[in-house]
Amino acid sequence: MTTIALEQETRRVPRPAPAPIPLSRIASVELRKSFNTRSGFWLLASVGIAAVIATGAVLLFAPNDQLTYDTFGAAIGIPLSIILPVVAILSVTSEWSQRSGLTTFTLVPHRSRIVLAKGIVAVGTGVVSMVSALAIGALGNIVGSAIAGVPTVWDDGPAFLADVVLFNVLGMLVGFMLGLLIRNSAGAIVAYFVYSFVLPTLAMLLADSQQWFRDLQPWVDVTYAQSALVNGTMTGEQWANLGVTHLIWLVIPLIVGVRLVLRSEVK
Amino acid sequence: MIKVESLTKTYGAFTAVDDVTFTALPGRVTGFLGPNGAGKSTSMRIMVGLTPASSGFAEVSGRRFADLPNPGLEVGVLLDASAQHAGRTGREILTVAQQTMGLPSSRVDEMLDLVSLSPTESGRRVRNYSLGMRQRLGIATALLGDPEVLILDEPANGLDPAGIRWMRDLLRGYADQGGTVLLSSHLLHEIEVIADDLVVIGQGKIVAQGTKAELLRSAGTLVRTPNVQELANALTASGVSFAPSHATGSADALRVDAEAELVGKVAHLAGVPLVELRAAEGAGLEEMFLELTADTQRDGAAA
Repeated sequence: MTTIALEQETRRVPRPAPAPIPLSRIASVELRKSFNTRSGFWLLASVGIAAVIATGAVLLFAPNDQLTYDTFGAAIGIPLSIILPVVAILSVTSEWSQRSGLTTFTLVPHRSRIVLAKGIVAVGTGVVSMVSALAIGALGNIVGSAIAGVPTVWDDGPAFLADVVLFNVLGMLVGFMLGLLIRNSAGAIVAYFVYSFVLPTLAMLLADSQQWFRDLQPWVDVTYAQSALVNGTMTGEQWANLGVTHLIWLVIPLIVGVRLVLRSEVK
Repeated sequence: MIKVESLTKTYGAFTAVDDVTFTALPGRVTGFLGPNGAGKSTSMRIMVGLTPASSGFAEVSGRRFADLPNPGLEVGVLLDASAQHAGRTGREILTVAQQTMGLPSSRVDEMLDLVSLSPTESGRRVRNYSLGMRQRLGIATALLGDPEVLILDEPANGLDPAGIRWMRDLLRGYADQGGTVLLSSHLLHEIEVIADDLVVIGQGKIVAQGTKAELLRSAGTLVRTPNVQELANALTASGVSFAPSHATGSADALRVDAEAELVGKVAHLAGVPLVELRAAEGAGLEEMFLELTADTQRDGAAA
């Protein structure tokens, strides 16, 4: 009895301070969290599924002279450009919408580290997804040309493919930014569709009728600047357009969003 | 140890937490008691850094919560058992916490055992959990890192009587081993059976604090009589202070700030028949608590 009491007494002697949590561990936990719900799992699985379906569709429906790598790449890129930003949005907003942030931000009270870890995971997921999807496309290209008996055409070079990956990573970062800014799953997804489908349409209408806006558009319309990435080689000015529009439409709102997350109350 | 010093939180003109100061000591269970909306949860959120304080500070084990290198190993926190991703399994939620803290994965099974969640239950998604199961999972998460301090917001909510008993024994054992336990409740009786120390909060302010024994002792004497007015006059004449009591559920009782013997004498001299005469024990605390609740309800109606 005495021994037990002694053991219990000594159990609570001051312990050495534990080592701080490394960022790599937070990032690996965040990666796990993006897979370990049913919705998260299927969302990421749908990246692969969409790539396979898109490749299959090209194999079935594309005329023989269009069985080139560019056709496969374009068919795969479109569904992914919608799915990947949603992955990034949910990785952030679920902490609020599902209220799991109560635990997350208690186990790691420095919220900037969580945000950074989520950002790393989002970019990493984007790059890995795109590379895998492009590999599926490449496989489709080889198989498709063999079936049709036409020569295999590799009309997209590595530089262009890198641009395509960048295009999708930027899309994910926009989703990530909107997630931080809005912190509500439905709201952020709606905002993303407004951002990438409604605003570009309005900008196009405005550019059609107003000459001054047409001249300004490459410097203020983020979707316009992005589209250059997937429409062939980028000129120096197009890179500048990309930088300026993303400063306005991505970097600044991202800073605002991070500050909001750091200061807000987690309930 | 948890130290809370002059903690204040305002939302515009509304003061949710008003100059709250108290200390929760190691080896003791500190009950944080107050009606709904009294500021308990807000205070606890400030303690763990989820809500910024307007002024004042809170320290856990001598440091601000945000300065703890790996908080899960030092402070176990359960603020809201329902605040979990509904699509994760119970086991997965524990695994995420276990990996964040850098613990061996065997801790997950140990904790599931401790809170009696079976393998089938822990493999189910949290959306299918009852509130009681969520509370058990929340307790498991809080205890995962074998912390020295526990901060639990209404942990008994949703537990069945056996579960409440289990929780009580668990926390008692934890404090007896030298741990610090701070738990909140809006139910006086729930806190009474487990807490060593009490901090009573109402409308953001601390209205009473001390050991449970002190607070119960200071309650005076409860006396019941059919002739309340006569007794009241006699007590006033003897210079003894008293207040009407609702502890019996009707208006025939007074709570007197004097020993039972003195009250008996006064009644005897005045010729007032008594129906009941006893130490008020929890009655004083309970009345204070009822008043607090009544006040907040009135405010709610006016708003």
